[in-house]
Order: sequence, then C-alpha cells, then structure tokens
Amino acid sequence: MSLLRIRNLSVDFATASGKFRAVDGVDQDVNTGEILAIVGESGSGKSVSMLAMMGLLPWTATVTADEMTFDGHDLLTISKRERRRVVGKDLAMIFQEPMSSLNPCFTVGWQIKETLRVHLGLSRKACHARAVELFEQVGIPDPERRLSAFPHQMSGGMNQRVMIAMAIACKPKLLIADEPTTALDVTIQAQILDLLTSLRDDNGMGLVLITHDMGVVAETAERVSVQYAGQKIEEQPVLPLFQSPHHPYTAALLDALPERATEKHLPTIPGMVPGQFDRPAGCLFSPRCKFANSKCKAEQPAPQGPDLGHARCFYPLNTDERIAS
Amino acid sequence: MSTAPVMKAEALQRHYEVSGGLLRKPNILKAVGGVDFALYPGKTLAVVGESGCGKSTLARLVTMIEEPTSGSLTLDGKPVVSSDWASLRKSVQIVFQDPYGSLNPRQRIGQILQEPLIINRPDISKAEREAKAREILSLVGLRPEHYDRYPHMFSGGQRQRVAIARALMLDPKVLVLDEPVSALDLSIQSSVLNLLVDLQEKMQLAYLFISHDLSVVRHVADEVIVMYLGRAVERGSKDDLFEAPKHPYTNALLSATPQADPANKKRQIKLKGELPSPLAVPEGCPFAPRCWKTQDRCRAERPELGVTSHTAACFFPENADA
Repeated sequence: MSLLRIRNLSVDFATASGKFRAVDGVDQDVNTGEILAIVGESGSGKSVSMLAMMGLLPWTATVTADEMTFDGHDLLTISKRERRRVVGKDLAMIFQEPMSSLNPCFTVGWQIKETLRVHLGLSRKACHARAVELFEQVGIPDPERRLSAFPHQMSGGMNQRVMIAMAIACKPKLLIADEPTTALDVTIQAQILDLLTSLRDDNGMGLVLITHDMGVVAETAERVSVQYAGQKIEEQPVLPLFQSPHHPYTAALLDALPERATEKHLPTIPGMVPGQFDRPAGCLFSPRCKFANSKCKAEQPAPQGPDLGHARCFYPLNTDERIAS
Repeated sequence: MSTAPVMKAEALQRHYEVSGGLLRKPNILKAVGGVDFALYPGKTLAVVGESGCGKSTLARLVTMIEEPTSGSLTLDGKPVVSSDWASLRKSVQIVFQDPYGSLNPRQRIGQILQEPLIINRPDISKAEREAKAREILSLVGLRPEHYDRYPHMFSGGQRQRVAIARALMLDPKVLVLDEPVSALDLSIQSSVLNLLVDLQEKMQLAYLFISHDLSVVRHVADEVIVMYLGRAVERGSKDDLFEAPKHPYTNALLSATPQADPANKKRQIKLKGELPSPLAVPEGCPFAPRCWKTQDRCRAERPELGVTSHTAACFFPENADA
C-alpha cells in the first residue's frame, strides 16, 4: 500500500470574482523510499495540492477529494489536534523561500529545538545534542555556534539547510520539498539535492519534489507527474518521460528547453496558461496545442491508461501505432 | 572580428566603502575588481556567476548608473566620464530582471514607452513620439490595442516585452540584459529569447547578457565571461568555454548545472563550502579555498587572466592541452 494516496483532489478558492478551481481532480500516490517530482508552470496548482494535504490552506479554500490518506490517517476527516501531531513529525515540508519561512525573532537553534520538544518530548540536553547532530548532517559548519544565530545572520543556502534540518528532525516518512533550490545558486543547489537524495537513501523516506526546473527533475526524480492549469496531465517514470512524452504539453515543454535547441530560434508554446475566466470547455491545453481539433475543444479528455502515462489527451503522442504508421 | 567595438572596458573597478563603525577605518568591498571586455554590434557577451560575484554591479557601471572607482570605459571611441553621462546614456539601455517591479503600475503602456523620449528628446513632437511608441510596440510582438492598457493587465512575458520595448525607444547601441528571463516560466522564456535574437539581428544591437542560467547563456551568447568574487576568472568564446572549460570554477559550475537528460548522469564536481565574504577575499587565487587542485602557489599569488581569446585566471588550468 502506498504511503500517500490521493484520489480526485480538487481545491476551490472563493475569490471576490467567484470560484476559482486551482486543483482539478488530481490523483497522486507516493511510496516509501520514492522520489516523485511534480512539475508545472506557475499557476498549475502543484504547490496548492500539497498544501491542501498538509492542511495549510487559508479558509477561503474548499478541499474536496474521494480519498486522501497518509500512513493510515484519513486526512479528510482528521481533527486539527491530531493533524498537528502528524504534520511536522511524519509528514514534513520544506518551503520555497527560507528567508521568509523562518521566524526572524528567534534563533535557528530555538526553532529547530521547538520541533524536537513538541513532537518527541526530548529533554533540553537531548534536544541540543540532536540539533547539533542534525546541523552536521545537513552540512552546516560549526553547528554549536550556528545554533545561536538568527536567520538574518546567515546566507540563503545556510537558511535552506536549517529548513531541511527542521523538516527531517523527526525522521519523517514523507518529505515534501516545494521548490527547495529555486532561490539558490547552482553550486549550492547541487549540494542540497545531493543531501535530499542521501537522506532518502539513509532513512527510506518518500520525497515529493515540487519544481519547474526540468534539469532538477531529470537528475533527481524517479517518477514525474506533470501538471497544467490544475490538472495532472501526464505521469511517467523519468526516463520515458524525457524520451517519449505522451501529452503534447509535456512534449512542447521539453522542446522549449534552450539546451535541446538545434537552431537560434527556440520552439515556443503560443498563448498563456488559462486563468479564472478563460478556462476552455474541452481539453485545457487545446487553445495552445498544435494537434487540437474540434473534439479537443468540446470535450474534456479522460486520462489514458498507465502505458500511455495517464495522459489526459485524446491523441497521445509517441504511441506504438504512430511509430508504426 | 573586423568591426570596431561599440563599448570597451579596461580594468574596470568598483569599490564600496563599508563603514566599520564611527571611529574605525572603513572596509573596502571590491564589488568589481578589474574587468576587461569589449562589446561588438550584433554580438552577445554573457556574464555568468553566482550571486555576489559582481555581475549586477558591472551592469550598473556599464549603464552609467554608478561611476567606476578606476579603469576606463569607452563608448564608440569616446571616453565615458560622468560629465557626459546624460548624453551617452541614450546609447546604453537596460532591461531588468523583474518585469513586475520595473514598470510603473500607474502609467499606461503608451506613456511608459514615451517617457524616455520626453526626457531625452524634447525636440520630438507629440505625434511623432506616439508613432514611434506604436512602431516599437509592434516590433516586440505586442498588439496595437495594448497601447492604452496598464501593466497589471499583462502576463510576465508580455511585461518583459514592454520593458524591452522601452529600452529600445532611444535606438540604443548597447542593451544590458540583467537576468531578463529568469523570472519567467519555461514556455514564456523561449519566446522572449526568440524576440531578443530577432531584435539583435534587425538592429545590430550589442548585448551584455547577465545571467546565472548556463543553459540560457549557452543558447544566446557569442562570448562568455565567468566571474567569481568580482573578478573575471575565465573568458572565451561560447564553444571553447562550454566544450573545454579551463578554470576549475567554470568546470564546477558547468557540472553543477542540472541537465534535462535523465539518461546522461554525469559525475558531478562537488564544491565544498560557500562563496567567501567579499570583504575578506583570500590573498591568492580567490577560488583557492574551494578548489580541489589548490597548491601553495594558489594561496600565495593571484593568477591573472591572459590575453588570448580563451583564457583562465588559473595556474593549473583544466583541459590545458585543448
């Protein structure tokens, strides 16, 4: 049984101009010891679906799902008190901006020890010893001294390590990393990604990596789920996804990478991600898709079978028939 | 290269005084410590490096927002001195990273585009100004009806097009692009890059392209300078530099950049530690504390950049035979 199981998750936001559906019927499974990457452009609902699972959305959001379970807990009916016991312990999250996610009024040591005290009930001494150990594990030099530093006294890379140390403090079963390296330089990014992968290898935790960087996906993930305008449009293991994408959006996204370019002009995707008011009736990608016909514009495609990467498309690419014809 | 450079910089330096306290001697922060380059019409020079390496300070020097502490900058053969800034700035324009912060939300697009002309070319009539603004608007791929809209009605990619249009209003010779696509989504990024390529061909602009994204740089650049702690550590044509990097830092930077190809998992060079504080740049080679090839000589002496077309400031370069 999978560690995290989500079926038909939808999130609606009540805005001044009406209801806005940010996540639309997403299914997701994560197993123990697996690295799943969720990719998509801004506004594709990749962060919102994970925040919904953590129960971190504001009151304007309505979360509906057929099923949402994590490690035996039903996250739909769980009480607030019980959720607080799970979140931060077995289910942890690393946020995108370390500078704004840490509390500037407390030392990083205080903040990391709070997690240990609340969830594990360790004594002062044990908390301190474990905090030092965690800082060493994430590669923060001179941990004893750094524990009494405030977030503003450290660089972005160091703060991100503090966030990671905090998230792994209670050895979570599932770690969600929301764009963990976007604010960092490439050399630091490589260090952080290595660290996350080695933590997975050592602790056997599941890792969900939310990102928009195809390079990071290719080097880190094992399974990739592509989201577009709130829907999951394709899911495949990483190698076949890059070699033979089935959904036209995935294919177009890969073609737009500068490093895959063969000439001075890059292939582009015309148009924009649909917003609140211009959601098409049929396939959400149909206005920008070069293969779309009248059927695509009228009907919503259902996901294909697993052999076609669950692609939400009537005419998936790279099928065996097409290669044969 | 047969054509004359539009802009040439020699030993360009910019130091900041960071006060150490009321009675203490101020510390000197060398944000840019001696950089040479030349910009040619129709060519792109890319400057890459991590945050804090001085690439944005370089942009501020080139666009004459700040005065260099020492070194010389010439534009079209004329030396750039602060008394002539007002007239010289017309030829050098800049596009900033964040299109959400660089456009005035209370001005219509038409007014944003006309403003450079109102300030710099008061002799032009109102009708001519508007005609010019509409012409540039279509040049960057926006529709005429966008002329009367406000910035908030546009997406990130379209705003960046407006910012590019504004920079082109004065017919500049040099365009400084400070991370022009790093705030944009992948599908939008490619169309803005295409636009930049087209404009360069059409108007023979010289680009100074500042970025930390090596895959973008590899796509657009002709020549590349790699900066580390305010100094150029390697300079070369795009092909030479990406095929056979000489400086260990360039090599590490290239290997740390994730490649969107899961089949090709290469060996990564792991850099230890972080960028040292720019206030305490090491005595010898600035990269020595993080380098895996460091020897005693690296810590004692500072290697200089050579004069050949592809050169690295390193005593023990990689790919030395190449």
